[in-house]
Amino acid sequence: MFISNTLVYLIALPLAGAAILLLAGRRTDKWGHLLATAMSASSFGVGLYQLMLMLDRPTEQRPASQKLFEWIHVGEFKVDAGLLLDQLSICFVLLITGVGTLIHIYSISYMSHDKDRRRFFAYLNLFIASMLLLVLGDSYLNLYVGWEGVGLASYLLIGFWNQKPAYATASKKAFVMNRVGDMGLSFAIMIAFATMGTVSFVGVQEQVSQTSEAALTAIGLMLLVAAAGKSAQFPLQAWLGDAMAGPTPVSALIHAATMVTAGVYLITRSNFVFDAAPTAQLVVVIVGAITLMFGALIGTAKDDIKKALAASTMSQIGYMTLAAGLGPVGYAFAIMHLLTHGFFKAGMFLGAGSVMHGMNDEVNMRKYGALRKFMPITFVTFGLGYLAILGIPPFAGFYSKDLIIETAFDAGGAKGIILGITTLIGASITAFYMTRVMILTFTGTKRWDGDAHPHESPWLMWLPMAILAIGSVSSGYLLSRGDALENWLYPLFDHSDEYQKHLIEPIIVSGMALTMVAIGVAVAYFKYARQDVSSTAPEDVSIFTKVARQDLMQDRFNEAVFMRPGQALTTTLIATDQAVVDGAVRGVGQVALSSGSALRGLQNGYVRSYAAIILVGAIALIAAIWVVVS
Amino acid sequence: MKWLSLLMLLPLAGAAIVSALPKGNDKAAKQAALGTTLVVMAATIAMAVGFQRDNVDLQYVESYAWIPSFGINFALGVDAIALVLILMSTILAPIVVLAGWNEAHGGRWSVKTFYILILVLETMMIGVFAATDLFLFYVIFEAMLIPVYFLIGGYGSGERSAAAVKFLLYSLFGGLLMLAAIIALYVMSGAQGGHTFDIDKLSQLQMSSTTQNLLFLGFFIAFAIKAPVWPFHTWLPDAANSATPGTSVLLLGVLDKVGTFGMIRYCLTLFPDASKTFTPLIMVLAVISILYGAFLAIGAKDIKRLIAYTSISHFGFITMGIFAMTSQAQSGSILYMFNHGFSTAALFLVAGWMISRRGSSTIADFGGLQRITPIMAWSFFIAGLSSLALPGLSSFVSEFLVLVGTFTRYPVHAVIATFGIVLAALYILIPVQKALHGPTTPGNESLKDLNLREKLAIAPVIAIIVALGFYPSPLLKVINPAATHVISQMGFTDPAPSNGGK
Repeated sequence: MFISNTLVYLIALPLAGAAILLLAGRRTDKWGHLLATAMSASSFGVGLYQLMLMLDRPTEQRPASQKLFEWIHVGEFKVDAGLLLDQLSICFVLLITGVGTLIHIYSISYMSHDKDRRRFFAYLNLFIASMLLLVLGDSYLNLYVGWEGVGLASYLLIGFWNQKPAYATASKKAFVMNRVGDMGLSFAIMIAFATMGTVSFVGVQEQVSQTSEAALTAIGLMLLVAAAGKSAQFPLQAWLGDAMAGPTPVSALIHAATMVTAGVYLITRSNFVFDAAPTAQLVVVIVGAITLMFGALIGTAKDDIKKALAASTMSQIGYMTLAAGLGPVGYAFAIMHLLTHGFFKAGMFLGAGSVMHGMNDEVNMRKYGALRKFMPITFVTFGLGYLAILGIPPFAGFYSKDLIIETAFDAGGAKGIILGITTLIGASITAFYMTRVMILTFTGTKRWDGDAHPHESPWLMWLPMAILAIGSVSSGYLLSRGDALENWLYPLFDHSDEYQKHLIEPIIVSGMALTMVAIGVAVAYFKYARQDVSSTAPEDVSIFTKVARQDLMQDRFNEAVFMRPGQALTTTLIATDQAVVDGAVRGVGQVALSSGSALRGLQNGYVRSYAAIILVGAIALIAAIWVVVS
Repeated sequence: MKWLSLLMLLPLAGAAIVSALPKGNDKAAKQAALGTTLVVMAATIAMAVGFQRDNVDLQYVESYAWIPSFGINFALGVDAIALVLILMSTILAPIVVLAGWNEAHGGRWSVKTFYILILVLETMMIGVFAATDLFLFYVIFEAMLIPVYFLIGGYGSGERSAAAVKFLLYSLFGGLLMLAAIIALYVMSGAQGGHTFDIDKLSQLQMSSTTQNLLFLGFFIAFAIKAPVWPFHTWLPDAANSATPGTSVLLLGVLDKVGTFGMIRYCLTLFPDASKTFTPLIMVLAVISILYGAFLAIGAKDIKRLIAYTSISHFGFITMGIFAMTSQAQSGSILYMFNHGFSTAALFLVAGWMISRRGSSTIADFGGLQRITPIMAWSFFIAGLSSLALPGLSSFVSEFLVLVGTFTRYPVHAVIATFGIVLAALYILIPVQKALHGPTTPGNESLKDLNLREKLAIAPVIAIIVALGFYPSPLLKVINPAATHVISQMGFTDPAPSNGGK
């Protein structure tokens, strides 16, 4: 393997930025945001340089690795701090640092009124560094460090305004639910070590053929638990909506473009495990299918623009998960949708932030309306993202989403039909809720609160939106032209049993998809554009809408099944610890003592007396043992 | 050079200096105590540098006849396990003195007495890990109770006398069981080649399995109370609640390690067969400790009790790793003992500062500290992250080693124990939210952030936590040979990869 010594700078630069800003504190208030942005941009520069180096090398030598130092070596458990940059991780490196830098730039203006802006940028840099470690680590344990690192950064950023109790609770909820996922990753690592004796990606890949399918299925399922936690997939999805408590750039970067896609990365990275564990693969597909519908349905009922977009993110990642579960034919499409989604969803989140910026931080779309005229750039960039997510040709989502729908049908048989139809219905619902967002926000009548003065955002904010909008327009075409991304990733995946022929012609799939999208758009149009929209959410809605508004009861379920029983258990244990456990131990002591004290009447509470009695008891014990041993 | 006896004498010399100081000169007493503990720390580091890490025999061995007629020697020596624990203790000592600069005020006795007790305790902390004569070990094991009893009962808060008595009674009870077992060993050694308390010779004794089981229990219960392992833990929350923060650090960080150290050094070495007999039971107790301590911590309303409960959970991990009999779990446990010392020290010291500023240890009385006292809040947060074993911090390395090492032999135990990491997120983030986040609670508006002395005390602790998280190799290289030696002495080797039955 080719050795390159600049890999570590990818991580070291933003990490240094975070360290300087946090340790030097208020002294860096004036220029801290600039330093952080420069660090992120430099990391992007190193990423581009690495890409150039990689392109110069023949295909089989493209992966580069770097061993930094010996990390944990005990017996056969040997993990070094090592980095691996291959065709898959470079995609993520450029996405993370590219979109990350744009969002740094946007935040300079967006957070300019916050007195803690420096701390915000420190967290952003910490996030970039952790996320890069996640995708560059060369073993599951190294990935784990980045994995929990992004969890920490996410926790800090969701709770950036944690003086509000609800926001503090949201950040805690995200961390704890992610920890449930992390537990899955721990299990996967333990099983891998116990069965294969290694936890590095290369090592596990080599050992797969010698390992039983049962073990591989267990590893696969545990990796899926981890992925579900990080990527807000069913049943660990409930934290993502609340995570919108964070400042909007955070939602764009972490909870749309990068961190939440880490689960898809993990599954794709572990392709060798899933290819050999069909059961686990099937569960991946099922989880993806459930989540894509789950998120889409929640999206239809949300009036909070950020929560509508968050539900959409959950649903779109469901598409990626589904694709990743379809095996070698799906991995590249999962990554392609991940990349195009990174552009259009980050762009739309920044657009939402721009709208909030102009509307006194209002997030309720029922209080928007007619903003098209007041925020033309935001409208256009958001609109391009909208066309991209709908999958209108030639925008980005058309390429990436249609490929997933095609592949779903190609799975064949009942499975193919169920998955194909699910992805089509999902596309239709996506069209519905996104059209609803567009109409409520940008068209129709003004429903603003009295003191709103919407205005276009400054250039520092709209420039990143515009650049992302270019991505929303072109990225799908560029990545799929001549199967560019597929061919780029091809060497990483096992294509031995790939089938070439499509079961349904792509043009027919596209036709069906566009028809479904048109239906969704039309329904939204007649429901919201042709009728007046109330500035308060109507109460006389169907039970279905009520359930969707409550996120399909996900919180109620978690509260009833985990939280309340857990609290009851905790309360009971605390009560019994003093009374029963302590009491029992003291009781045994009392019994032992009372036999002695009955004789002496010495049970008077003085330490000396207790000690004396224990001593007598001990001597009796010694005597007994003496008899036994001699 | 007689390193170990020098290390034990230095704090005593410091205590003598403190006691010779004129009455009422508290500042000089503090400075003398700080100076002494710094010298001891430097001497320990100097000794550790010369330690031969691939040599599993005892090193720096010294032996002096003490009571020749009973075959009792003042015998010292360290293996890597003892070395690491002595290192931890002597690094923590100056930090505790510096951090708790004012905690002796308002005690029942003078400030001078407080520091004399601390320094005498430091001598015993070194001795208890360095002793290679069973009688000497026992004497120090019991004698340590005295300074701690006075430190809790004389300088603590709340119901300090009751807590001190409870601590003493539990410890005495365990200690006397151990004494009985020790005498039995001594008697048997007389019948098999001459009376001795030498641990190496005692480990060669022949005995019936019933005898071995009984004697094992005598030792194990004493150590399980010390550690503490469920259900022998109930003295700890009371003691930690009443002790000063510095005393709590020494109590949970150092003294409790005597329990887990004793399990390795005495239970496994002297009674290998009985250890195997009781391993299934101990593994269950360890797993219960992990979850039980975590659940109690989640519900705790008092910050000091909360930290004590988290320690019960952590000691469960350590105990589980000791008895899992794989090199990863054993090394993990030994490293865990070291790391837990600093992690708990950070939590207790920062909590102590919070409590002394606010005048309350109830978590709900705090709120919004992140914006009032950012440095104190960050220190507490980082200490908390270390307690929940965030990757990148030292405790992750040890906790994960224990889990992965246990999994290869006891997958069910390891899986259940892993649920502890979710509970850990709860028991740390709940107090973090209540105390550091949210709106400022009335009464907190004018709290002062850490002063320079406090920053100087907490900075090295955090530095150690972070440094060993990324680069634990220097310590692991010392620990690994000893850990492998322990399990090979017990007749175990690491399980080979199973290939999942293929």
